[in-house]
Amino acid sequence: MAAITVPGKAAHGLDPGEDGTPRRSRRGLAQKVRRNLSAYGFLLGALLCFGFFTWYPMVREVIMSFQKTKRGTTTWVGMENLQRIFNDPAFWQAWRNTLLYTGLALLLGFAVPFVVAVVLNELRHARAYLRVLVYLPVMMPPVASVLLFKYFYDPDFGLFNHILAFLHLPTSAWLNSTSTAMLSVVIASTWMNMGGATLVYLAALQTIPGELYEAAELDGAGLLRKIWHVTIPQTRLILSLLLLLQIVATMQVFVEPFLLTGGNGPQGSTTTVVYLVYQYAFNFNNYGSASALGLVMLLVLAGFSAVYVRLSRETD
Amino acid sequence: MAANAVRTRTLISQTQLNRPTGKVLYRIVLVVVVAGFTLVFLGPLYWLVTGGLKSTSEVIQNPPTLFPQHIHTDTYSQAWSRLSMGRLLFNTLYYAFGALVLQLVFDVAAAYSLSKLRPVLGNVVLGMMLATLMIPAAVLIVPQYLTVLDLPVLHLNLINSPWAIWLPTVANAFNIFLLKRFFDSIPADLMSAAAIDGAGPLRTLWSVVLPMSRPILGVVSIFAVVNVWKDFLWPMLVEPDPANQTLNIGIRSLSTGVPQNVVIAALAIASVPTLVFFLIFQRNIMSGLTAGGLKG
Repeated sequence: MAAITVPGKAAHGLDPGEDGTPRRSRRGLAQKVRRNLSAYGFLLGALLCFGFFTWYPMVREVIMSFQKTKRGTTTWVGMENLQRIFNDPAFWQAWRNTLLYTGLALLLGFAVPFVVAVVLNELRHARAYLRVLVYLPVMMPPVASVLLFKYFYDPDFGLFNHILAFLHLPTSAWLNSTSTAMLSVVIASTWMNMGGATLVYLAALQTIPGELYEAAELDGAGLLRKIWHVTIPQTRLILSLLLLLQIVATMQVFVEPFLLTGGNGPQGSTTTVVYLVYQYAFNFNNYGSASALGLVMLLVLAGFSAVYVRLSRETD
Repeated sequence: MAANAVRTRTLISQTQLNRPTGKVLYRIVLVVVVAGFTLVFLGPLYWLVTGGLKSTSEVIQNPPTLFPQHIHTDTYSQAWSRLSMGRLLFNTLYYAFGALVLQLVFDVAAAYSLSKLRPVLGNVVLGMMLATLMIPAAVLIVPQYLTVLDLPVLHLNLINSPWAIWLPTVANAFNIFLLKRFFDSIPADLMSAAAIDGAGPLRTLWSVVLPMSRPILGVVSIFAVVNVWKDFLWPMLVEPDPANQTLNIGIRSLSTGVPQNVVIAALAIASVPTLVFFLIFQRNIMSGLTAGGLKG
């Protein structure tokens, strides 16, 4: 983002005020003060909201991780909260579940939209219709999609088992079994969320110059080699940006397991890290442990966010 | 969409498609994709709408029926009254549009200030705002909740007040980034022309900047409404009173003990406004998604 600087137009309140010759005259100073006051007046509402609801909670999150509140008195406890959550078996299970969810969600939620986008980009008909369809679930209220899937997953009267039985395939207990509960959550969440990624890929595919494909064909490349040597390299940056974004988003999964399995699922098989934070804070009133777990999560995700920021600078 | 218009070529060349085998293969792929997508994405919605028309026993019958045996429209009226859908819908719209107004006022003002008025330390403020994008939202839920419970300095408790939903939405660095980037592209000449005419910053914002910024204001507005509409965890925490709940939360908490067909009818009712909204604004929503950079 290049800032627009207007040299030599200080008189009308458009002076960038950083470079330029310093004005020592009183009128200039008064004007500068007035201009800054009005600028901060415009900023005030946003500054207060950021202050109260983002910046202050950020600081508080870190402080609370090392504090404990018991009967209204807050004391510093150092690493005690962190030690306690590391010793909680639910901690390791939640991370295993979250990583499993993220892995499955990437297999489905990252690969499927890309394949769908590549196919959609080749079609000459019904493009608008198909784009609207893919994006439709993204707009639905999550409770509607999730509870509908819960109904489909029902082992007795659910649609999915009926279809499997109709095709003479083995039916599944879906959400009620430790081995398939997480996969069921991922399928529902992919259906709900794949529209966004598909449309972003589609936009990226449309920027690939056609000559590259022509050149590849002259070299005798077939369909798969064209995808491998032209399509993927040309969309590499968008692909990696979305990959990072999806990792950060899917590791914070909460709504889908919370609504589908009540959060824990059979034997804790769908407890995610954010659900554990929620439990610590709002079921056990243990804000210290909740914050400490949040801090661990922040540190894990900060790595991905940092790479994302570096990569996204390249696109500008 | 007009077929075969002058498009840049894609993976498969036009000559390949014009060959007889190409034509046949293309037809097959097209039919499979259109049928498959309709089944996968519209099928569940069909099940939603017709499920609400079935009787209580039919909806949990095995095997499931494709068409309702008897049309029970009263399920919808039952759902409307038993889950108090009217109130839930009103609450959700109230939160969504309140958030929209506040975001438009405060985020536009902030982006305008950072882009055009450029105060001292403006870049530091912008940097601090953008830094919040790096913080996963889920991490801040607990301290944010405690803040809303007892706002520092002012000692207000915002729980069960719409402000608990409205005010945090203003702290949206993505909005400010999008708006500022757009305002940056407005030529400085226009701004100084307005200043020569004696317009103050507010006047310039209102009659020069805003009329030029309609596309980006549309994108920001749509995201503002959709985000509140889809949010789950935060409204569940800060609006515990059933009278103040949103659709997402209300349906979940009221659906226990209600027959399955009534729940499905309620879900169908809840989905209708979103789908209508989407079909009206689909062009803006989908172009905003890609123009607005990468966000989910």
